[in-house]
Parts: sequence; C-alpha cells; structure tokens
Amino acid sequence: MWDYTDKVLELFYNPKNQGAIENSDESGVAVVFGEVGSIACGDALRLHLKIEVDSDKILDARFQTFGCTSAIASSSALTELIKGLTLDAALKVTNKEIAEYLGGLPEAKMHCSVMGQEALEAAIFKYRGIPVVAHDDDEGALVCSCFGISEAKVRRVIQENNLTTAEQVTSYIKAGGGCGSCLANIDDLIATVKQESAVGTSYKISTQIAANIATTQEQSPRALTTVQKIALIQKILDEEVRPLLIADGGDIELYDVDGDRVQVVLQGACGSCPSSTATLKVAVEAKLQERVSPSLRVEAVDPLFSLAKGR
Amino acid sequence: MNVIYLDNNATTKVDEQVIQAMLPYLTEFYGNPSSMHSFGGQVGKAVREARAQVAALLGAEDSEIIFTSCGTEGNNAAIKAALAAQPDKRHIITTQVEHAAILNVCKLLEKQGYTVTYLSVDRKGQIDLMELEASLTGNTALVSTMYANNETGVVFPIEQIGLWAKDAGAIFHVDAVQAVGKIPLNLKTSSIDMLTLSGHKLHAPKGMGALYVRRGVRFRPLLIGGHQERGRRAGTENVPGIIGLGKAAELAQVHLKDVQREKALRDRLEKGLLSTINDTEVNGDITQRLPNTTSIGFKYIEGEAILLSLNQYGICASSGSACTSGSLEPSHVLRAMGLPYTTLHGSIRFSLSRYTTEAEIDRVLEVMPPIVERLRTISPFNNDQADWLQGREEALAH
Repeated sequence: MWDYTDKVLELFYNPKNQGAIENSDESGVAVVFGEVGSIACGDALRLHLKIEVDSDKILDARFQTFGCTSAIASSSALTELIKGLTLDAALKVTNKEIAEYLGGLPEAKMHCSVMGQEALEAAIFKYRGIPVVAHDDDEGALVCSCFGISEAKVRRVIQENNLTTAEQVTSYIKAGGGCGSCLANIDDLIATVKQESAVGTSYKISTQIAANIATTQEQSPRALTTVQKIALIQKILDEEVRPLLIADGGDIELYDVDGDRVQVVLQGACGSCPSSTATLKVAVEAKLQERVSPSLRVEAVDPLFSLAKGR
Repeated sequence: MNVIYLDNNATTKVDEQVIQAMLPYLTEFYGNPSSMHSFGGQVGKAVREARAQVAALLGAEDSEIIFTSCGTEGNNAAIKAALAAQPDKRHIITTQVEHAAILNVCKLLEKQGYTVTYLSVDRKGQIDLMELEASLTGNTALVSTMYANNETGVVFPIEQIGLWAKDAGAIFHVDAVQAVGKIPLNLKTSSIDMLTLSGHKLHAPKGMGALYVRRGVRFRPLLIGGHQERGRRAGTENVPGIIGLGKAAELAQVHLKDVQREKALRDRLEKGLLSTINDTEVNGDITQRLPNTTSIGFKYIEGEAILLSLNQYGICASSGSACTSGSLEPSHVLRAMGLPYTTLHGSIRFSLSRYTTEAEIDRVLEVMPPIVERLRTISPFNNDQADWLQGREEALAH
C-alpha cells in the first residue's frame, strides 16, 4: 500500500467539492468545465468552475475524478485551493502547491497533482476562448506515444520541478510509463534542459563579474613579483570568482601560472557548460587583466589532465 | 477490526500445524542434514520425509523433487536447465500472461540471442492451441506455460500443450505456483517435464519452494556449490522451511477434497456482486478456472480506490490496476485478454482459502455495493457514456 498522508486519506474518504456544477443561467455568472486524462490512461479529471464574470473570480469549484486515491484527493485539494481566487491568480497554482496542500504525495503519484493543474488550465482556457490546441504542451513532437505526451510538456515539467531522472518524469506526467521505449529520449531531454539552464547560468555569472569589473575602484596593476602575482591571482579567484561559480553549482581551481599564461580547471556545472569559454574570457580573464595584469591570458585545463599530472 | 483476507493468490496464512511441525527444527533439531553424525542425521531423515510429502502431493517420485527458495528460483532454474541441456536449440515458447519470473527471464534471453514466442490469449484468457502448434519447430528448446493464471485463475490445457511440446522434441515446463494444492496432480502420468511450486501459496512459510524434474530430464543446476539436493541445488538446506513445506503439502492433499466448499463460497461472492452491482463482469474463462479465484471488473472506477475503500473494513483483496503496482500500465494479463478500458482499470481479484468463511463473504457482499456506488458518484464516467467510451476505445485500438 502507498504511504499516503492523513490529509490524502481524509480527502479520499470525505472529498470536498465533489460533483458537477449545473449551468443555472444566473446573471453575471459563467459555468465552465475543463477536463484532462481519459479512461484509457487510467485517470481523468473534469473540473467545474463557477465564475463571476465582472470580477473574474472563482465562486465555486467542483470535480469529477476517475482515478486512484491520490487522484481523488488531489482533485479535492485543487478545488479548495482555487475557490475565491481570480482566474489569473488560479492560473499560478502549481502542482507543487496541490501536493503541499496534501502534506505531500508519493513521488510515483505526482502525476495526480499535475493532472489537477492541467484541468484548471483547461477550464480557464476554455472560458477565455483560448483553443486548447494552442497550449504550449500540445505543440511539438510526441515524446511518449503511449500516453500522448509532447516534448514541450516534458520540458516544462523538468524545468518546473527540477527533475533529474526519467523515472521522475514518469512519476510526474506518466511519460515513459508505458512501453518504456521513450525513456532514453527523456534522458536526452533532461540533459538538454539542464544544459540550456547552465548556459543561462553561465551568462548570468559572466554578466555579474563584468559588472563588478566596471564598478571596481581598483587602480592599474602594480608591478608584481612572480610570487606576488600568483598570490594575487589566487586571492581574486578565491574571493571574487569562486563564490559566484559555486553559487551556481560550478567551481574553478588555479592549476598553474606560466608567465602571463594562467591555467585553471573548471569544475562542477562549469566543467560541462557549453559556454565555459565565455565564462573564462568575459569574466575570469577580464577580471584578472583588470586586477592583476592586462597581459594575462586565461585558459582551461582538462580536469583529467590535471589529475594525471598528480594534482 | 478482524481482517477478512481474500488475497490468497498473493500469499496465504501459515497453517498452525505447519508452524508446529517447523518449530523443533528452529530449536532443538538444528543439526545440518549433511552432517555425518546422528544429530544431523535425524534432521536429514526429516528432510527426506518432507520430500516424500511434497512428491506425494504431486504424484511424483521423491528423487524428482528439488527444494528451492521460491517460485521465482524454480522458474529460473527450469528455464536455464532446459536451455543448457539443448544448446543447439534457440527458441522458447511461453505466453503473454506469465508471471514476471518467466517473462523477464525470457526478455533477458532474447537479448542473448534466443527467439521467444509469446502466445496470445483470447478474451477469456485462454491460449489458442492452434497458435501453439504453429509456433513449435525443431528449434524449440522449451515450452513454458503457467498451469493456472494468478490473476484470473484461468487453467490452461496443460496435458495437450505438453503432448505437442513432446512431439516437437521440446522440454515442457509448467509454473504451477497457483495450481498446486488447488487442483489434483499426478505427474507420473503427465506430459510435464518440470514443474514449479511455491510454499507460501499453500499455507507454508515464504521463502520456500520446490521444482519437480522428471527423471531422465537433463538438469543443469542454477546454484553451484555443495552436493545438496543431489548436486542439483547447492546450499545448506532451509530445514525448517522444508519441514514446513512438507507438512503443508500433506495438509493440502487432505484439503483437496474440500475445494468444492471454497468454490461454492467463491461462486456465492461472484453471483452476489454481479447481482447487486450493475456494470460488472467476471474476467476470464469461468469454466476452466481455479476454484478459489475470481477477477471482477467494476466499470467506470479505478481499482486502487476500491481497494483502499475495502481496507477501511479490514478487507484485503488485490487489483489489476496500475496504481497498486507502482507501474503506470494496468495488468498485462487483463490487457492481453483485450478487456475494455472501462473494465481494465477497475478490476479486483478476490482469492479465497480454506480459512475463508461464509460470514466473511457476506460481509464483502454487504460493503461492496456502497463502495462502488460512492466511487461511481465521484467518477466522470458512467453507463450513459458507454457509447462514447466504446468509440474512444475503438479509436485507441486503431
């Protein structure tokens, strides 16, 4: 048996807001429903909303769910979370918030919370006349044909929930949970999303260091002895460069200084970052040129090479 | 709250007489049955008696029984032994509805260059003998099928399968984990070459099983080491487990004559549920079936939700739905039978034992209708949408 929280069990045995909302033709009020999933998939949710037209406020929310314990509890939690919100505020409710409301869900059941978020979007989009086919998630090639899940949706869930394994993706949106033939593609997508995220991080670091250089009040480099030069390079790397890189999952280590040639080892996220060259040139080299000597040139050394050299 | 245990195809309660038989071998008789001294010798004698008890249940000879740790080990050992004995043959026949202890071994063997034919089943869960016949070739090393399916209880035409396998020169292995103790067996007059059983399915403890290997069938051991089990399964014997299995086998033989009582209770449960709850159906061949098992599909609702609702009343059953298994795909057995999605996700297996009482069945009959009604109230699907759902299923099928 799954390890469900008391809140999940409470909302399963005594769900709140269960049922449909009938259209009463009440003035100034609209009734709409959105649905996701299907009986073939093994879970489906039809979310009904009663909306005050002038204020865009959700007056009532009810659900009909075909699914397991956590699907029913997640649906109930969703309706509790969104009642009284404006549609724009409701659209900001994430699957994480649904799971948190329940005191957590087993990871393999996270797709139940995602289903809630998607049904909410479907209902609001329908109300606003936005065609469901225009939703980002439906664009692009299918990754998982068993459950009909697109690349855009896989990318989104990886990014929003910081997922790192194909198994997690399966738990969140079912992709890969059928024949399993797309698991390798999901692994590739995880790597791509991480890489894209790292490029963004690298750009951010470069920009920040460049900004620091621009605002520095340091004067032109002094004439330094070799020992002083190495010590200063080490100090700047340790105190000004490394903290920024470490904050984003990377690191840098001084490997050697040979005249004006500064050799460093990029580690962690920086080591695998495709824009590490930009980090080196725009950020590290520029900073050392500014603070130590304009003639310095920074280059990266392969970490394996540095290990082979006994460092 | 008293537990009403209707999940006996998953595991069974250990019989009190089995426990009593085992206890001395956990306390005073702790000798190694392979030892030369009399302290170990008396244990060895008890092991031989247990072997005879298991052989008697199967209608086999004592020397044809190899004690194993479980059904999975028996199945693995049988498949590997059959292939090792016929290294020139590279084809295996099994079915789509086998237990993972067969299917996952076959998938691995495919990666190693073997060809595997997975026989399909019809809506009743029965294999097509014509498909079997067409699949058998001179290259077929092994035919491995279950005796009775663990989810539906459907019994395969074992003797016919065995005769055809023999005609083709293939070894015939039967995974009889669910059948032993529920169906009378006489392997002396059977076409079965190897047969697997598991103790915890017949009121012995978990972690104990046996593999029958017909005399004359070449066998290559899975476990290599000492000379235990006549060199066919190395490792110091699980003596208390063996004694327990022996006693359980003896008791199972006695209780075989009582299975009609179990069958009557099963039928009472089945008829009661079908008559009081609409949109329900029995999954599988109701004529060729284990006496203790019924799998019932409750349309438009999901299995785990039913199980958790039953759990509130202390009732234990099982589901073919994906949500209980950690997988996202529903039961491979029910899917292979081509059940509609409306039924597939909401199927519940009730499996009885000799301990099941009429009062327990009546309690299930009392609580199930409101459980199903409540969940159907929550579900967005219902019988009004049957045509629409049918259309969706047909579209998905294409």
